[in-house]
Amino acid sequence: MKQQIEGSQAVAKTVALCHPEVAACYPISPQTHIVETLSRLVKAGEVGSCQFLNVESEFGALSVLIGASAAGARTYTATTSQGLLFMAEAVYNAAGLGLPIVMTIANRAVGAPINIWNDHSDSMAMRDAGWMQLFAEDNQGAVDLHVQAFRLAEELSCPVMVCMDGYILTHAVEAVDLLTQENVDAFLPPYDPVQLLDPSDPVSIGSMVGPDAFMEVRYLAHHKHLQALEAIPRIQKEFHQQFGRASGGLLESYKTEGAETIVVALGSVNGTIKDAVDDLRAEGLAVGAVKIVSYRPFPKYQLRQALGHAKRVIVVEKDLSVGKGGILSSEVKMAMRHLPVMVETVIAGLGGRAIPKASIVRVVHEALSEEGLEEPHFLDLNWDVINAELVRQQAKRRSGPTAENILREVGTLGVKAG
Amino acid sequence: MERKPFAITLDPSSSLANHTGNWRTMRPEYADHLPPCNHACPAGENIQAWLYEAEEGKYHEAWLKIMEDNPFPAIHGRVCYHPCQDACNRGQLDEAVNIHAVERFLGDLATKHNWKVELGAPTGKRVLIVGAGPSGLSAAYHLARFGHQVIIYEAGPNTGGMLRFGIPKYRLPRERLDAEIARIEDMGVMIRLNQKVEDLQATIESEKFDAVFLAIGAHLSKRVEVPGRDAGRILDALSFLEKMDSGTPPKIGRRVAVYGGGNTALDVARTAKRLGAEEALIIYRRDREHMPAHDFEVQEALEEGILVRWLRTIKQIDDTTFTVEEMALDEDGKPQPTGRFETLEADSLVLALGQEVDTSFLRNVPELEISPDGVIQVDHRMMTGCPGVFAGGDMVPAERTVTVATGHGKKAARHIDAYLRGAEFAKPASHAIASFARLNTWYYTDADQSQQPQIGIAKRQVSFDEVVGGLTEETALLEARRCLSCGTCFGCDNCYGVCPDNAVIKLGPGKGYAINYDFCKGCGLCAEECPCGAIDMVKERK
Amino acid sequence: MSYQQVKFYQTGTFTIGNRLLDEHNQTIQSQRDRTNSLNSGHRACQGCGEALGARYAVDAAMRAANKNLVAVNATGCLEVFSSPYPESAWQIPWMHSLFGNAPAVASGVAAAMRAKGKKETRVIAQGGDGATVDIGFGCLSGMFERNDDVLYICYDNEAYMNTGVQRSGSTPARAWTNTTQAVGTEPGNPSGIGKNLPAIAMAHHIPYVATASVADLHDLEAKVTKAMGFHGARYIHVHVPCPLGWKSDPALTIKVARMAVESGLYPLYEAEHGSVIDRTPIRRKVPVERYLELQGRFKHLFSDPPDVAGIAAIQAIADANIRRYGLVDQEVQGGT
Repeated sequence: MKQQIEGSQAVAKTVALCHPEVAACYPISPQTHIVETLSRLVKAGEVGSCQFLNVESEFGALSVLIGASAAGARTYTATTSQGLLFMAEAVYNAAGLGLPIVMTIANRAVGAPINIWNDHSDSMAMRDAGWMQLFAEDNQGAVDLHVQAFRLAEELSCPVMVCMDGYILTHAVEAVDLLTQENVDAFLPPYDPVQLLDPSDPVSIGSMVGPDAFMEVRYLAHHKHLQALEAIPRIQKEFHQQFGRASGGLLESYKTEGAETIVVALGSVNGTIKDAVDDLRAEGLAVGAVKIVSYRPFPKYQLRQALGHAKRVIVVEKDLSVGKGGILSSEVKMAMRHLPVMVETVIAGLGGRAIPKASIVRVVHEALSEEGLEEPHFLDLNWDVINAELVRQQAKRRSGPTAENILREVGTLGVKAG
Repeated sequence: MERKPFAITLDPSSSLANHTGNWRTMRPEYADHLPPCNHACPAGENIQAWLYEAEEGKYHEAWLKIMEDNPFPAIHGRVCYHPCQDACNRGQLDEAVNIHAVERFLGDLATKHNWKVELGAPTGKRVLIVGAGPSGLSAAYHLARFGHQVIIYEAGPNTGGMLRFGIPKYRLPRERLDAEIARIEDMGVMIRLNQKVEDLQATIESEKFDAVFLAIGAHLSKRVEVPGRDAGRILDALSFLEKMDSGTPPKIGRRVAVYGGGNTALDVARTAKRLGAEEALIIYRRDREHMPAHDFEVQEALEEGILVRWLRTIKQIDDTTFTVEEMALDEDGKPQPTGRFETLEADSLVLALGQEVDTSFLRNVPELEISPDGVIQVDHRMMTGCPGVFAGGDMVPAERTVTVATGHGKKAARHIDAYLRGAEFAKPASHAIASFARLNTWYYTDADQSQQPQIGIAKRQVSFDEVVGGLTEETALLEARRCLSCGTCFGCDNCYGVCPDNAVIKLGPGKGYAINYDFCKGCGLCAEECPCGAIDMVKERK
Repeated sequence: MSYQQVKFYQTGTFTIGNRLLDEHNQTIQSQRDRTNSLNSGHRACQGCGEALGARYAVDAAMRAANKNLVAVNATGCLEVFSSPYPESAWQIPWMHSLFGNAPAVASGVAAAMRAKGKKETRVIAQGGDGATVDIGFGCLSGMFERNDDVLYICYDNEAYMNTGVQRSGSTPARAWTNTTQAVGTEPGNPSGIGKNLPAIAMAHHIPYVATASVADLHDLEAKVTKAMGFHGARYIHVHVPCPLGWKSDPALTIKVARMAVESGLYPLYEAEHGSVIDRTPIRRKVPVERYLELQGRFKHLFSDPPDVAGIAAIQAIADANIRRYGLVDQEVQGGT
């Protein structure tokens, strides 16, 4: 039944319904409300025998879950940004060991410079670690994806990150249909591990694997993701049957029929993009949008189906591969292999910079114009500030820290109007 | 669980497929080494083995172990000079194990409980033994155990030889002696006393003996000419001690001089004191360091007030006045006259200058080789030049102690037994000695040697009560447990415990251990931490 | 001492086993049915002290836990030589995650058991000095302060051995390692630095902290057994010589460990809730030279001329330990 609720709290309540047995959490903005709410629920006895550990770092948090999961417990944590990177070693470890941990990433920019606002640089940094990465567009999506994530993770023995934009979703109060315990129980069976630390049947988990078998192990990890490409739509269907909503899946198309230009993105910006598409369609432009829900596994073939008929794809991504440009756009380009589709890269929203509808509309027009877009295009970048700093750097070697200079330049911590 | 992730998760003990034994360049091998006590024992006792039994309180088993080699534990525990203790490795740690005290305890316990040994099936062979001293009795015992019929001819009025007639009661109480001899008689050995063999050849033929063991000892005292003294007031040590046993002690006067420096001289002097002599004085031509008597006996004698005149020889005796010459030792340790004289007063003189063998009855025995100094030559089988005639004890060339004699008896019996069966007895090869350097002494508990009690000086001077007492059971047990079990595994589990590769197999109680060579890497920890040095590291053979 | 020394049984309680001892005085290692948690076929060097210490400690923990035990292992020698695909030498449920997270992983296993109501299943975590004192320090401290029900066992061979002998926070003063070589004005590891993990553990006031050595099995077993009797965070620090890194004879591994204890350099003691409550006295005190001379990593102290001041400084450490813990016939002096 729908209620107005902060995104973080909705997620926490949903996770509680999934009967986690061990949760280990370290606070970091903007995830804090999730772990605070969960801790209250556990302490109040509303999550059965769940053990909630306040740990000494994010690395500790995921490590606790690695042990707990191997011991047969359903496990959960949440983190973001610096925290995700601090636990990077454990992130790879959990995936490598095949432990079905579910973790919320309240997407946030990664420093330096320190920045607590939203972009996707954190989960992007972990895209190759072997976790599945599902992106929510709104808080309903976040809630629904968490339940599906436990199911998916445990079915394939592979950890899953549920990514929701920090502050934009976590701290937004929206109408969300919170699930019932009954429905969740019907949908989510108890955890049945493929390997277990059990004194009655000992095994050694975490051996050292050499050149003779490592490639095979890594292929098998990849294979899990290939299996997920089938499992995710199936689970979406079952979720629909149980809960009456078509949440999840690999991707979602919006007005792509007959579209010559399709805008692709991850996460909450898809809401803005759909509004922009409506405006552009009203102008008479054949524009559509595709929201990628499952970034990992990467739905290569499904994207090809959804985008293959277009002339042009504009990937709007909240991340930057420094020295190269877009990340998602390269992967979309790879999915369009041998097809005559132009793929454009628009780097937007880094460090929480707003992405107004007008900017999306404008960038589509620019893409369609004679000059086209540079590759990559930085949306709403303040070139005056850039140029002033470049001049400063040329003039004096020790010209001071870049960030501080820019802040001085812009006056206050303001986001460019939009 | 079939769903285990490939390569990441492994089955337990799947490492057993990896035979790390192929890493070795050296390999450990369990190798018993010869305990130095065993090696030193003239009776060939397996001392470590019977101490092992005693450690567990298995006194009967321990006694049976001794009895395999020596029928006289109660006697030896009193009179043996325990070369085993001199050799005992524990002596290099703190003090030697008091082996003889434990042996005595076991012997006395056996007497108390009237323990017996098993005999072999009768063979029908007859063996004559001449002399019922320790050597003859020992041979008789072993031969009887082999199942042979044994008859001892003893020239004297009683059994025991030097045990009875040479060693005083205060060192060896007669009831102890009699008990262990009685056990031998109970085994069916016939002893004929006052039965002197005049012609050995004739006796062998007439009584149809299949073999003979000669063990008459050396009971003739050496004499020396001393000017001035009439023969009546000079006694020889053996006669003196013999008279002690007959019940009519010799008349010696108030002051007794004993000439000589061996154990016999001390026995005579200490006996004289007990008989009431005010003064017992030993006159010896060399000093204490060169004195052949065992130092502990010298100590006991001095405690009892025996006086000693070192570096003196007797020149002349006029009634009770002895003129003695002072001697000085040259660089070879030989006493040389100095020309300086002094006088001493004594009422009687006992000569304790050594003993000789009476070989008169062997005149007719063919091919018997008698040395100029009176002893009979024997080969490695204790057999004389005459086939079937064996000899041992003080009458053959050897150190003259009870233990050596007992050992000869056993050795000869084994060879006689083989001879009677038409076979050869070959003693199994010995292991290398278990030296102190091979031990890891850190592991042994700290424990001082248990001391036997002694009766007080005053009592010792006036009575023939046994001077040295026995250990209690508790103390004997403790003392047995001081044994380091040199070179012989005693099941301490160290090897089983210290192997980092779990490559030592514990076979079970009393069964020892085996190395699992599939996995042993040859690190050598087992050998290093074996307290008793029963593991050798040898080069791995490829 | 946790156990009663038995004298006058030939070897009393100094040897691993003793046919004359009552059952309750016999060690777990002397039993034929010991778990052999770390089985044969592992790839540890010849004479590895850590392999030995691990079997000693884990077998004791298995016995105390009635075989209901899970072990978590940090990256390091013990993990690498015991679990190279396809061979695992572990007979018990065992997990290896990362270098720095063994305490946290173990906390997680313990939490899972609690959540599932499996009260009888106990958890141990183990790692070398590098994993414990350096890289895993944060997680270890977290486990301690939460008082998670884990017994952490550190096998201290005083350097990062598996990576080729580099200095750790546990490397003793003046010891050679590949990153503190015996050159320059102060050859070997500098003095006056390093961590005392047992003291740090005690500062967390966890229920039980103890130091132990492979040279004294009875003591080690008693301490592991006692630790398993507590619930909450517990820590045992075991001294394990490494023939490779210490440049000592593999056959002398136990002797080297013994000399460390008998010289006073490695004190054996126990603490509860932050205070020292007992110590194992030195049996036959030796000067530190008896320990140092067995190891090539201290060879430079015995050059020509010998480093008298250096050796004296090490002796001073040993003497201070003897005083502080009352290791020679005295009552315990200090609290912490």
